[in-house]
Amino acid sequence: MKILVCISHVPDTTSKINFTADNKAFDANGVQFVINPYDEFGLTRALWFKEKEGGSITVLNVGSAATEPTLRKALAIGADDAVRIDAEPTDAYFVACQIADHAKTENYDLIIMGRESIDYNGSQVPGMVAELLGFPFVNACVGMEVQGGTAECIREIDGGKETVEASLPMVVAGQKGLVEEKDLRIPNMRGIMTARSKPLNVRPAVEATQRTEAISYEKPQAKAAVRMIDAENMEELVRLLHEEAKVI
Amino acid sequence: MSVVVFAEQWEGRFKKTTFEAVSYGRRVADMLGVSTVAVVIGSLEDDPSELASYGASKVVHFSEDSFNSFDSSAFASALKEVAVAEGARSVILSGTSNGKSVVPSMAIQWEAAPITNVAALPDSVDPMTVKRGAFSSKGYVTYTTSEQKTVLCFIPNAIGAVEFPGAASVEEGSVSAEARVRVKGVDRATGSVPLPEAELVVSGGRGLKGPENWGLIEELAQLLGAGTACSKPVSDMHWRPHSEHVGQTGIAINPNLYIAVGISGAIQHLAGVSNSKVIVVINSDSEAPFFKAADYGVVGDAFSVLPQLTEAVKRFKQG
Repeated sequence: MKILVCISHVPDTTSKINFTADNKAFDANGVQFVINPYDEFGLTRALWFKEKEGGSITVLNVGSAATEPTLRKALAIGADDAVRIDAEPTDAYFVACQIADHAKTENYDLIIMGRESIDYNGSQVPGMVAELLGFPFVNACVGMEVQGGTAECIREIDGGKETVEASLPMVVAGQKGLVEEKDLRIPNMRGIMTARSKPLNVRPAVEATQRTEAISYEKPQAKAAVRMIDAENMEELVRLLHEEAKVI
Repeated sequence: MSVVVFAEQWEGRFKKTTFEAVSYGRRVADMLGVSTVAVVIGSLEDDPSELASYGASKVVHFSEDSFNSFDSSAFASALKEVAVAEGARSVILSGTSNGKSVVPSMAIQWEAAPITNVAALPDSVDPMTVKRGAFSSKGYVTYTTSEQKTVLCFIPNAIGAVEFPGAASVEEGSVSAEARVRVKGVDRATGSVPLPEAELVVSGGRGLKGPENWGLIEELAQLLGAGTACSKPVSDMHWRPHSEHVGQTGIAINPNLYIAVGISGAIQHLAGVSNSKVIVVINSDSEAPFFKAADYGVVGDAFSVLPQLTEAVKRFKQG
């Protein structure tokens, strides 16, 4: 199977999020960047497909040269080659156009991405790529098997799961469940060494309009101090939830 | 001209957040000075004219059998059909599983600017400018677009439903759309409250010591009509299904009340729950970081506090 895994380069999950003084941009100072956790589940699932039935895995990122360490990490984990589309990922539509343009001539059987990136939480790029290419799309995928040219996927729905079937090629937006946390791979020394000599191709971006623009950033309002309730007085908690907070 | 709303149904009944979506659509429509058209896709037991009470003046119902199973692209085709016929300026969806899946297809098919994770009413409708959640609840970003056509997808329960007086006409819709994905089976926990749209959530962490103790969480949740959730370690240890995991890499929730029992409050957990309007933290460790994010805190052993809280709620419910 020929697989494309799209990788977002995002602040580590433990990062404190700060914005620039004028609130016009995200402040990346002192922030560690990692492979988007949702994408990492997809990358590991792709490795399992490859190990079982052969094939190749390309990882792709739309971003500046600053994202290359993240792509190298994906190569160290086991991808065969990497593509960086050299452009600022200005919005989901722009990014989706870049991925779709790259994929349309490469004949991938499967395109896997995370269901959303943990920075902008847009959850738009996978579905857009599917629609641009005319491929089936399974969102929030928590399990996947492929037999012949057909995939059976389990999709998370509100309060349950749905089993769906689609023909390859297709786009899958993955999350935990595609593989488990314990299955995720940490690059070993050999992987890191070989990653250095694996191809990382930089391609120019294609023309695409940006449809949306982020104009200002703000942090959530700080909470008032916590009010402590005596553990022996749950009547008081219920009273406060009803009379003061008005939530029950 | 109009605003078109995806009025989602599940097994023939409107989802609770559907009413929120219709009234959000109506409020946007009022800002634009246009009408509100709700679109129902799939067979429906509820009365479509119910949507009039939340601001729709027209309901278009696509009842073909093919729509009884979900495909994001086919559903987007139905919405696009109405959006084009009604000269829509905006299409509104609630960020449910299906809503989120339809948005990107819709944006491509209808050539519109999509804004997801929307947390408020628009600041302006011309140009469309609206605040959305980002950085896994650690920030908000205001987006704008110069496009005339927009697709807005809001965070369920972030806005609230509002009633409007009025009546709605109901029409049958028809579109030829081929589903690319075939649904083979659905496995849904019956009677449970779906987390993304739950108004109240009771959640347990490692402090509950094992899956056999979840009856304590479930009893309180049932009494309150709340959804049940859990922390990441609990789902990783398979004490509870992954679908209950709330936090950065699980589900982000937005309830009116979040009761966290035996959860210390790691930054990744807070990322998924800090949008809750009121947070109650029950933990035996008075130093648990979660207390800093809480509105009400109780230091105590879950196995003694939870039954007492459940009893107190019971007495409250009995009036």
